[in-house]
Amino acid sequence: MNYVLFAEQFLNGFQLGMILFLLAAGLTLVFGIMDLVNLAHGSLYMLGAYFAATFSHLTGSFVWAILLAVPAMVAAGIIIEMIALRTLYARDHLDQVLATFGLILFFNELTRIVWGPEGQVIPLPAYLDGSVALPLGIDYPVYRLVIIGCGLAVALGLWVLVSKTRIGMLIRAGSSNREMAGALGVNIATLFTVVFGIGAALAGFGGMIITPITQAEVGMGEIILIQAFVVVVIGGIGSIKGAFIAAILIGVIDTMGRSFLDLLLLFILPANAAEAAGPALSSMLIFILMAGILFFRPQGLFPPKGAR
Amino acid sequence: MLRKTLMAASAFALMAATSVAQAAEIKVGFITTLTTGAAVIGNDMKKAVDLAVEHMGGKMGPLDLEVIYADDEFNPQKGKQATERLVKRDDVDIVAGYIWSHVLLASKNVVLDEGKFLLSANAGPSPMAGEQCHKNFFSFSWQNDQTPMAMGELLNQRGVKSLYVIAPNYAAGQDMVAGAERTFKGKIVGKDMTAWPTQKDWAAEFTKVKAANPDGVFTFYPGGHGPAFLKQYEQAGLTGKVPLYSVFTLDAISLPLLQKAGMKSAMGTYMTQFWVQDLDNAQNKRFVADFKKKYGSYPSFYAAQSYDAMFAIKAAVEAVNGDLKNMDGMRKAFESADFPSVRGSFKMGPNHFPIQNFYAREVVADADGSWTTVNRGVVLANHQDSYASKCNMKM
Repeated sequence: MNYVLFAEQFLNGFQLGMILFLLAAGLTLVFGIMDLVNLAHGSLYMLGAYFAATFSHLTGSFVWAILLAVPAMVAAGIIIEMIALRTLYARDHLDQVLATFGLILFFNELTRIVWGPEGQVIPLPAYLDGSVALPLGIDYPVYRLVIIGCGLAVALGLWVLVSKTRIGMLIRAGSSNREMAGALGVNIATLFTVVFGIGAALAGFGGMIITPITQAEVGMGEIILIQAFVVVVIGGIGSIKGAFIAAILIGVIDTMGRSFLDLLLLFILPANAAEAAGPALSSMLIFILMAGILFFRPQGLFPPKGAR
Repeated sequence: MLRKTLMAASAFALMAATSVAQAAEIKVGFITTLTTGAAVIGNDMKKAVDLAVEHMGGKMGPLDLEVIYADDEFNPQKGKQATERLVKRDDVDIVAGYIWSHVLLASKNVVLDEGKFLLSANAGPSPMAGEQCHKNFFSFSWQNDQTPMAMGELLNQRGVKSLYVIAPNYAAGQDMVAGAERTFKGKIVGKDMTAWPTQKDWAAEFTKVKAANPDGVFTFYPGGHGPAFLKQYEQAGLTGKVPLYSVFTLDAISLPLLQKAGMKSAMGTYMTQFWVQDLDNAQNKRFVADFKKKYGSYPSFYAAQSYDAMFAIKAAVEAVNGDLKNMDGMRKAFESADFPSVRGSFKMGPNHFPIQNFYAREVVADADGSWTTVNRGVVLANHQDSYASKCNMKM
């Protein structure tokens, strides 16, 4: 019984890791290649969720909602990059933090005006809404398996894009040494726009596929953004591989901490102290891990080759 | 000469007319949340107050009624500022409303120091029921602990022996759990206090529930978390296996959204509350029917409390025949709670909190198929909060 519980919690952690990966992949690209600290990345996650909710209401189909919302997010990302972010590249990080924090407020308020203060839901089709029996006697929600599948598919797609295509080569070049890539004739402005569009679509996709579980809500992006930053820092800034591994690591550690830490604490603490310390300590766990990794490997676990 | 007299006379008449108009009006300041995500609650309360004004024909006794709404922005500082504007600038006679305990505690002295009446239409923090009770403060809702205490008792009545608790780890969440634990006699086989408001995914907790296989799960997730909780409860395959009991998680605001999203796991779940929309009394029938007719949805309990607070004010104004200077007379009327209440008759306790029944509510579909709740009987009869004995009311 106990290992079944353990296995199921591992799946839960893996699923959380997939969502974190979708957010962190875009974040790490934008941060690593464009050297832009984009706090508003969480807003893209939120916009994706609301776009998909709207398309879901219009078409009545979950699959169509995703298929329409992803290109809409690419377009939204490109528009945001061209209007708001271009002027920020030359500025220092503090200016970028301020400006993109302003963008968070702007998008939260815009979302409230357009969609209203109450949350939006995306109903799931019946074949995704339920649980399925897995080996070992695990009864697991189908949709969470779908999320894991989507995350893995996107990871594979990104790997092919980055390591097998010409645009991927440019992205890698930009990630290693932006000035040199520019000096060799790469159109950096266009590259940045494309990268931001991809990042926006990834973040938006993450928001879309989590919404059937949690609802779309104003401010949903800021909560998960902090964890995504932890993933980016642990994985190594600019590294998609690092983001992938760190996201799974964070997802599993966070979930395991929430599930088992209070039981572990029972060995060293009296019951009511363990009950109080468990939730507090488990929410700190990933930050403790980040602090430890920063101490031993300040560049993260998998820094991109040639990055300074 | 004649012209002068006429002018003087008309001037006097004009003065008289304006002074009559001033005296013949009562201004009620109503504070609630009209922006941020919590505005859905505030709007429901505002709808109920508007309906009350309509039902009163815009008058309380001999006085014309004016309601001035103010927004607390879900923020204690902003709530206090809004209260100050109502009391000082608008010079309202009575301040009512307040959804949030922390907003009420931050704002109360602004009203009470001016010697005005303060009526809560939702917030019921324990200090106001105990040490900080005040002769001019009245609650027309409940004290925070009472609803979960009723839930603990309901769990006993429904034969729940083993209970799993999942609630957010902040002041209200801890209070709700403590309240239920105070009356629940069975065993608590698991308890997860989750990060608030950041955690909206309960996969890990539900996995543990499945392993523990309890007789019931007790939860408290207000606002947008509630629907997400239910959705995942269903996806995890717990619906129909482990009955769900909740307080302040499902209400007339969230049920239509849940229905739209097809979240059948809400159906058949139980909650406890001081009021249900099918309570059998004339005031409640009229309130619920007209609310539905005017706004197309069932009123929430927030709306019911707000509606009650307005009728309590009306009864007090009538008791002193419009003489708002007669504070003692109005206070006596509030203390008697002798007004048509949607919850039926109830007594006002010595700490100015109601002594009232708490009911079990079950989520069902009504005759038209809309999701709502029905009364499943009294759980706690004439229940008084646990802090009344700590109140030493100074007159």
